[in-house]
Amino acid sequence: MFKYFGPNKIFSITSKAPKYVLFLFIVILSIGLTEALILSPEDYKQSHSVRIMYVHVPAAWISLGIFLAITFLSIIGYIFKIRNFFLIAKSLAPSGLVFNIIALVTGSIWGKPTWGTWWAWDARITSMLILALFYIMYLVAWRIFEDNDKVFKVTSIITILGIINVPIIKYSVDWWNTLHQPASINILSKSSIHISMLFPLMTMTAAFALFSLLIFLMKYNTELIKIKNKGLDRL
Amino acid sequence: MIENLFFMNGYGLYVWSAFSFTLVSFLTLFLVIKIQYKKEKNKFLAKFGSLDSERAAFAKSQSINKEILSNISNI
Repeated sequence: MFKYFGPNKIFSITSKAPKYVLFLFIVILSIGLTEALILSPEDYKQSHSVRIMYVHVPAAWISLGIFLAITFLSIIGYIFKIRNFFLIAKSLAPSGLVFNIIALVTGSIWGKPTWGTWWAWDARITSMLILALFYIMYLVAWRIFEDNDKVFKVTSIITILGIINVPIIKYSVDWWNTLHQPASINILSKSSIHISMLFPLMTMTAAFALFSLLIFLMKYNTELIKIKNKGLDRL
Repeated sequence: MIENLFFMNGYGLYVWSAFSFTLVSFLTLFLVIKIQYKKEKNKFLAKFGSLDSERAAFAKSQSINKEILSNISNI
């Protein structure tokens, strides 16, 4: 079954897809930005500062989602020795880190008018910072280790250790008294967010997801060409 | 309306900085990855161009899919 995940199958798609994904991303982002900055209402408590949510929340969601995907790919790749899974995971990491940084920085900007401080060593914020450190360690490991078996092992260990932090991020607002507000959107129960704010939030999430897909495709193609370069050296 | 869009009841600076930081990060990451892609592509073209006729013919005889498949074992 795993032969269908081979790069030869995937490359024919990944080499053509970026231009279509870029077009779709620009369209969805334009709709999202119009909704987020102009059409959506201001909050009765936070006024216009609530608009920061439309970049902060999707960035946090996607950085967490990408880390989960990287961990899954690394574990499955390590167990079943599917080297292409490591290549996919490696190509996902740069956008995951950038989304994590965006979540931290925009959260800090949002914190100033809302809490009166740029930074607090609060459980949610600190655990997100720890996630960024795991992303950095993961990317640095790929640069440091040249031996494939070693880099697969090290990156898998980093993701397994990092994944422990993910439920801490998710439930930190419930487990501890934090400055951070609890989740407004719940899949299993009724969300407390109004549809007029939910729509721009979901549109921006879709735009951010498309951007991470675009970066993944470009990075994956780059990695495949790198492999082809090594192949030419051996001719 | 335009004034309200910029100042947002005094929150404009925070909102616009958050959105600007996000978009600048997107653009930077996109450009970095694009530069890396072009660099590798140019390296590939240069290497391919430097092959002698026999090796170039051999490399050309392989489909891109076969080439990737044969190289993936060395990731």
